Amino acid sequence: MYREIIIDHYKNPRMKGTLDPHDYSYEDDNPLCGDRIRIDVRVDDEGRISEAAFSGEGCAISMSSADMLTEAIIGKTLEEVKALDKAYILEMLGIELGAVRLKCALLSLKVLKAGVYGLETLEEELL
Amino acid sequence: MRSLSGAKTLDVMRVRQDFPVLARETRKGVPLVYLDSAATAQKPRTVIDAMTNFYETQNANIHRGIHRLAEEATEAHEAARKRVADFIGAASSREIIFTRNTTESINLVVFSWGRSNLHSGDCILLTEMEHHSNSVPWMLLAEELGLRLEFVPITGEGLLDLEAYARLLELEPRMVGFTHMSNVLGTINPVKKMTEMAHEAGALVLIDGAQSVPHFAVDISDVGADFMAFSAHKMCGPTGIGVLYGREALLESMPPFLGGGDMIKRVSLREFKANDPPYKFEAGTPAIAEAIGFGAAIDYLDELGMDAVHAHEQQLIGYALERLAEVPGLQQYGPDAEKRGGVVAFTFNGIHPHDLAQILDDVGVAVRAGHHCAMPLHESLSIPATTRASFYIYNTIEEIDALIGGLHKAKGVFG
Repeated sequence: MYREIIIDHYKNPRMKGTLDPHDYSYEDDNPLCGDRIRIDVRVDDEGRISEAAFSGEGCAISMSSADMLTEAIIGKTLEEVKALDKAYILEMLGIELGAVRLKCALLSLKVLKAGVYGLETLEEELL
Repeated sequence: MRSLSGAKTLDVMRVRQDFPVLARETRKGVPLVYLDSAATAQKPRTVIDAMTNFYETQNANIHRGIHRLAEEATEAHEAARKRVADFIGAASSREIIFTRNTTESINLVVFSWGRSNLHSGDCILLTEMEHHSNSVPWMLLAEELGLRLEFVPITGEGLLDLEAYARLLELEPRMVGFTHMSNVLGTINPVKKMTEMAHEAGALVLIDGAQSVPHFAVDISDVGADFMAFSAHKMCGPTGIGVLYGREALLESMPPFLGGGDMIKRVSLREFKANDPPYKFEAGTPAIAEAIGFGAAIDYLDELGMDAVHAHEQQLIGYALERLAEVPGLQQYGPDAEKRGGVVAFTFNGIHPHDLAQILDDVGVAVRAGHHCAMPLHESLSIPATTRASFYIYNTIEEIDALIGGLHKAKGVFG
């Protein structure tokens, strides 16, 4: 499960930080394990994500997933972000996850979508 | 293993033979090292067989049945109640109410005794080390009635602050509720002394015995508490059945908790007369096979001897604390071995407890990660979560070595 790429993104995050000002920002947590993620994004005139950053704390799975996701969405339109799903995250991580750890992996996508679309209860939709 | 002193000692290798699940591997070539008994204990063959045997030879609903099977099932169910009463030193079986689990037992006290005895402004005294099951039900009732909830703080060593406890008793709480043993810190609280102090202050006492009754001898008549809750599944018994011990006079005075069959003497269209305790509090068909399995679990523990069980766990926790202290970057929470049971929660090198538990799972070591249903306690320790290893009768020194080995592996991955 702890593939090199996951440990690498966990230990050396490329996208960690906050953006001020930002066009969208959202924070949420997974109270069961204490993971907390905030994602900030800036959108250019053409509606594409030009910058993104994440902050927070959590396990290697949630943090590396947040790092990879915020890296991957640069240049995507908000419509394209809307289409991202569980399968996308799992493919990005390259691992299989049980129900418990899936929540860790999907927290960043949940935060991103909630920030961009204002949807607060995406969990069921995602799982 | 080092030898134990005392009359009855526990032969751990023989004990392990009694637990079928311990023979399995978690994946090919990786034996199971089960260090999660504080969450639920494994079940010996005798418990599994007792339940299977019931379903295969006696299955019937209990009470009021005239036929042979119903009679046998009723007898077996009530014999289990008697086993529980004797095991904890209750004066009579009438003081043993079967519930679903510790949580339901506490809810029963809160909503039966609490709702009918408490009024706006009344104080309930709990502690900062309670499992959510002994705080959230009180929060619900506090919201409903306007109760005042106060909490005994913990010391840096992980013990209850008894001076603060004495001061808080001056608030004249109506009920004091505390855990006998913390499910995170392992702290064994001085329940007899605390009960005496509470009674002197005019309060009733509810003890959460979920982590104590399975692990050492608890004599409720000696402790003197008014209520005590615990679960079968943490003491080698099945899930789905727990116990509320209550002093008989109190149970007599309390209104029913849930309504339905079995808890009544007679019913007319608009009224009912409640049954006597314990049946008054047992609405509907109970967990019959589970009660019988529970009885078998108590037989099993009795056979080992609770003092031998405790001595074995003392040896394990002593060794575990020694070994964990040698691991750089590891911080364990809770008091010295002699003040605690076989539970140790820790943080390690900033590795998230979920990641740590996952890597330990790779080497077959089953531990728990998170807040262990004690979020306020973790808050007071200023940590979001811990990894917890907990021991029982079937654990060995070698398994603690396996835990230490797993920690070193985790350090390699995240180092």
